Amino acid sequence: MSEYVPVLIMLVLAAATAVGMLVATSKIGPRKVFADKMEPFECGESPIVSPKLRFSVKFYLVALFFVVFDMEAVFVYPWAVLFRDLGMFGFVEMMIFLAILAVGLLYVWRRGALEWD
Amino acid sequence: MQLLMFYILGFGAVLSALLLVTSKKPVNAAMSLIATMFCLAGLYVLLDAHLVAVLQILVYAGAVMVLFLFVIMLLNIQEKEGRLAGSTIALQFVSILGVGMVFVIAASLVKVRGALPTGGELFPFGTTKAVGSMLFTEYLLPFEIASMLLLAAIVGAVILAKRRISDAKP
Amino acid sequence: MLTWSLGFLILMVKLGAVLLFLLLAAAYLVWLERKFLARLQVRYGPNRAGKYGLLQPIADMIKMLTKEDTIPEGADRVIFLLAPAVVTVTALLMFAVIPFGGDLSFLGKRIPMVIADLNIGLLFVFALSSLGVYGIALGGWASNSKYSLLGGIRGAAQMISYELSLGLSLVPVVMLAGSFSLVDIVRAQEAYPFILVQPLAFVIFVISAMAESKRIPFDLPEAENELGAGYHTEYSGIRFGLFFLGEYVNMQVLGALVAVLFLGGWSGPFLSGPAWFCIKILVVALVMIWIRGTLPRLRYDQLMALGWKVLIPLALVNIVVTGAVILI
Repeated sequence: MSEYVPVLIMLVLAAATAVGMLVATSKIGPRKVFADKMEPFECGESPIVSPKLRFSVKFYLVALFFVVFDMEAVFVYPWAVLFRDLGMFGFVEMMIFLAILAVGLLYVWRRGALEWD
Repeated sequence: MQLLMFYILGFGAVLSALLLVTSKKPVNAAMSLIATMFCLAGLYVLLDAHLVAVLQILVYAGAVMVLFLFVIMLLNIQEKEGRLAGSTIALQFVSILGVGMVFVIAASLVKVRGALPTGGELFPFGTTKAVGSMLFTEYLLPFEIASMLLLAAIVGAVILAKRRISDAKP
Repeated sequence: MLTWSLGFLILMVKLGAVLLFLLLAAAYLVWLERKFLARLQVRYGPNRAGKYGLLQPIADMIKMLTKEDTIPEGADRVIFLLAPAVVTVTALLMFAVIPFGGDLSFLGKRIPMVIADLNIGLLFVFALSSLGVYGIALGGWASNSKYSLLGGIRGAAQMISYELSLGLSLVPVVMLAGSFSLVDIVRAQEAYPFILVQPLAFVIFVISAMAESKRIPFDLPEAENELGAGYHTEYSGIRFGLFFLGEYVNMQVLGALVAVLFLGGWSGPFLSGPAWFCIKILVVALVMIWIRGTLPRLRYDQLMALGWKVLIPLALVNIVVTGAVILI
């Protein structure tokens, strides 16, 4: 656990740097507020439609696939460290694991869920 | 020092979990959940479970919560007041479950109190090698079944979204 | 007590040096990029502030600090403030596990030239780079602007897609070194750098890391001719500066990772460890700027296809081939 203390201190220092800059700019900078300036940017127009619009489901699908394949990667990482100790047995079991997920990737691909048109 | 860290992290975890339940805005609730995940990761570090700690952040904070955030961003749910108080039956059910859970945890704590390892008995069980060698030998079957589970998740995701995808094509 | 306070002192010196170096180098990396890019496009680049425009980063810094920090109407104030800090802090923190030199002995004590040699070092880097998504997505979302939201969502989808190939491309490297600790990975390259045995992993890693840092062939989240400035359209002053800083610290982290994982880290003849390390980072940064000056931006469908249909399958094949070769 002691090797994490430097990381914690670095986190505090890095956060202090970022927050310090944010505080400094709010103290130094000018502040003139009027309605037109505070509008979100829209090439000089006043916003016509609310930006809270709905998005294509494809972004959501990408996130779903990411979660699944990230879980796969999480299983592969410790295997990579132990690869030499486990030898052929470990290699074969990981090949089975990867093959099943390769089928999944192939399925997603064939169903056109990776197409972006 | 270790005890102090434990109390800080434990308090942080409980506090952020409470914030998660009580906040009205979905984004703030998601942020609180991420904070809870971080506190839990810190607790794992205190337990010398390094691999689990980093996977906690990698998987929960880095992947699952991104998915949650996508849902919140993509749907743009407008917050409405008082929606939570809608169903009293659900509320009663949840509170009964919660009370029951507290009892179960308390009872199991009383039972295993004598069997808990004390400071001196800790061994490097949390390193990548230790966790991995258990996972890839002793728990081989659950590991392989996990791949089937992930495959099912992929297929499910495609089937759920497929109608929308074919709609989107001109 | 004395050894403890000495250790603490050494740690603080190391931390201060690393943070200061990162911030300064980020500022001058901006200058280098503007100058080199200008030369590639037959322009002069910054040449007014100081000789060769060398004071330009300082002028920029003063300008950003003294600008008004506007918060657009309807924005989620807390998250809007927090998002740029997330980008910078995660980028800086990644350096905690990166070794920048061999062990140094001082007063009979061995001082490792790394802030924290964690046995899960590489996973720590992955975890932090996956947290960088929040800065982009939340910053875009909280701005209450169409361009920002579009940029934020594009950026988040791009980053999570390439995170997979980034992680999987490094599995063969971990297989060769047998450890996640970046110090161990450098030690494993004493005979030969891993780029010689893992050229495919190197190419996949560099492409994914460039997509992850949203640099030019992959800069769709901030495509200026469609989205204004993407997720940081509404940011002004030092808040924009923090996004910018995070981007350039990320560039250094990327260079450092390439050096540690593929180019043998701090090792090299004649010069000292940290010097070789800086040279390797600089070379990677220059190549990235060169790529920026050469390639046009991808379309979004090409971006997704490259990640999911080319890089991820290639990374998986590379794992299988590497495993088979090592075992046979």
